[in-house]
Amino acid sequence: MNENQSNNGALVRVENVGKIFHRGSEDIHVLADLHLQVPAGEFLALMGPSGSGKTTLLNLIGGLDRPTKGSVVVAGERIDQLSDRTLAAWRARHVGFVFQLYNLMPVLTAERNVELPLLLTHLSKADRKKHVDAALAMVGLSHRAKHYPRTLSGGEQQRAGIARGIVTDPTLLLCDEPTGDLDRKAGNEILDLLQALNREHGKTIIMVTHDPHASARASRTVYLDKGQLSNEPVK
Amino acid sequence: MKFFHLIWSNLKRKKLRTSLTLLSIVVAFVLFGFLSSIQQALVGGVAMAGADRLIVRHKVSIIQLLPESYKARMERIPGVTLATHQTWFGGIYQDPKNFFMQNPVVPEEFLAMHPELVLSPEQKEAWLKTRTGAIVGRKTADRFHWKIGDKVPIQSTIWSTAAGNRTWEFDIVGIYDGEKKGTDTTPLFFRYDYFDEARQPGAKGLVGWYTIRVKDPAQAVEVAKLVDQEFENSAAETKTEPEGAFVQAWASQIGNIVLIVAAILGAVFFTILLVTGNTMAQAVRERTGELGVLKAIGFTNGQIVGLVLAESCLLTVLGGILGLGLAWLVISRGDPTSGLLPMFFFPTRDLLIGLGLSAALGLVTGIFPALQAMRLRVADALRRM
Repeated sequence: MNENQSNNGALVRVENVGKIFHRGSEDIHVLADLHLQVPAGEFLALMGPSGSGKTTLLNLIGGLDRPTKGSVVVAGERIDQLSDRTLAAWRARHVGFVFQLYNLMPVLTAERNVELPLLLTHLSKADRKKHVDAALAMVGLSHRAKHYPRTLSGGEQQRAGIARGIVTDPTLLLCDEPTGDLDRKAGNEILDLLQALNREHGKTIIMVTHDPHASARASRTVYLDKGQLSNEPVK
Repeated sequence: MKFFHLIWSNLKRKKLRTSLTLLSIVVAFVLFGFLSSIQQALVGGVAMAGADRLIVRHKVSIIQLLPESYKARMERIPGVTLATHQTWFGGIYQDPKNFFMQNPVVPEEFLAMHPELVLSPEQKEAWLKTRTGAIVGRKTADRFHWKIGDKVPIQSTIWSTAAGNRTWEFDIVGIYDGEKKGTDTTPLFFRYDYFDEARQPGAKGLVGWYTIRVKDPAQAVEVAKLVDQEFENSAAETKTEPEGAFVQAWASQIGNIVLIVAAILGAVFFTILLVTGNTMAQAVRERTGELGVLKAIGFTNGQIVGLVLAESCLLTVLGGILGLGLAWLVISRGDPTSGLLPMFFFPTRDLLIGLGLSAALGLVTGIFPALQAMRLRVADALRRM
């Protein structure tokens, strides 16, 4: 049974999901009865105004947070019911994250940063090196492998971040504003790279963005406002 | 081992802070090494005391003398196999600061009682033949550069010769070593017959204390009681105790050394605990976002706790190894008091305790930051990058 079949054709299925944050005595309803299906191989852009809950939804799909109600099923597994320990192992196996501010370890070189997710596998040092080299080559950063993040440009740091996200060949790549901190040229290069990963390597990508230019690269765009999704931009 | 690079890189993040913390740990363990060696020097004799040996002294005080005639009566007590006596001579060599123990003894009995003192048969023979002969421990011989054949004058603070002279001359006929590393090789022993004959008439036939050997160490308490009963209601009543207790009481005249050392080390390590704990707490606080990333990519809470604990343990164990190593190197160069201490070495047991202590320090200082890191919610932590 493949992943799509196991999930009624969708790699990601978010059903009836609600998320409430508590701030003091106040309850903040961020997501309400939300439904979303993402087929395998799709490049989905998730847009919406600030505070609309885009990152919260991405965190729920990536197993970084749990919904207050509803279910999140990824690759046939209901991840909202997994224990913390199992969920961590699940993330290591299935999800690659790309963050707006790259979130690289400043004390590690680019290649050591990319190697981090592989430390959780049983691969030998030599095999880890092969995977790291392949990931860095894929994002065009082989020549900067030994450089520390502070010596890399923003675009190069984001390439290293993407290489870290794909080095374990995850089921799903989740990108939170991947071009949000880059200039137009570097942003375009990153979008080219994500598009190539989706089209040439079949990666399923969910990308949160504010930028219509970025969302135009996706195969589908959905809009989030007041905790609800729609296929049309918010007026 | 595959996480070592990550742990080591995190330690190098704030080089100055890590170096200063490391330095404070090193200093603490150097101090630990020195205090352990001094404690060993002052109370180490307790551990070296013979389990089958009892000390019989005057019931009132060690400075009160006992009759020499007690020896024969002691040897008649059931369970006693040998009795021999010593007397505190209280001498100095050339200068009051050159103080060390010298006691008159009966050579054959004394050597039979103390097999831990290693003397060659030739030197033993020479001692038995030379009335003014003395044997001296290796440490004191080295301290004063004495060799066999030297004639050494010792000035007693207690005993005068019949002619009223306080300076006694001895011929060095032997230099003994210790069978074990902790054996005290500072005392000088000379012949009791020479001493008793030469001293002023009023004190003749009196000795300082007796050492007796019991046949069965398990019956030492019963034998001690029998000895004290034997001399009950006499002019010189006795108090008999195991040699270890006697040495302990002797060392305690300086104070409770173990307590003093423990108090100093306690204060030092408590300070180090705060310094290292603060370093680790800051280190974890500063990288909340990075810990969030690690959790996001799949590190479990247990692995995060392990990383933080490994980092704090690496810091303290590294400091411990450097500090203990430095202490060992300096201590190996010799007694800083030029022989005043009966022994001066870094006991292996204390070296191992030091290593254990460094690891424990790492665990204690790392556990709270580690738990703090474990409790971080990934989504919250990522917002603090």
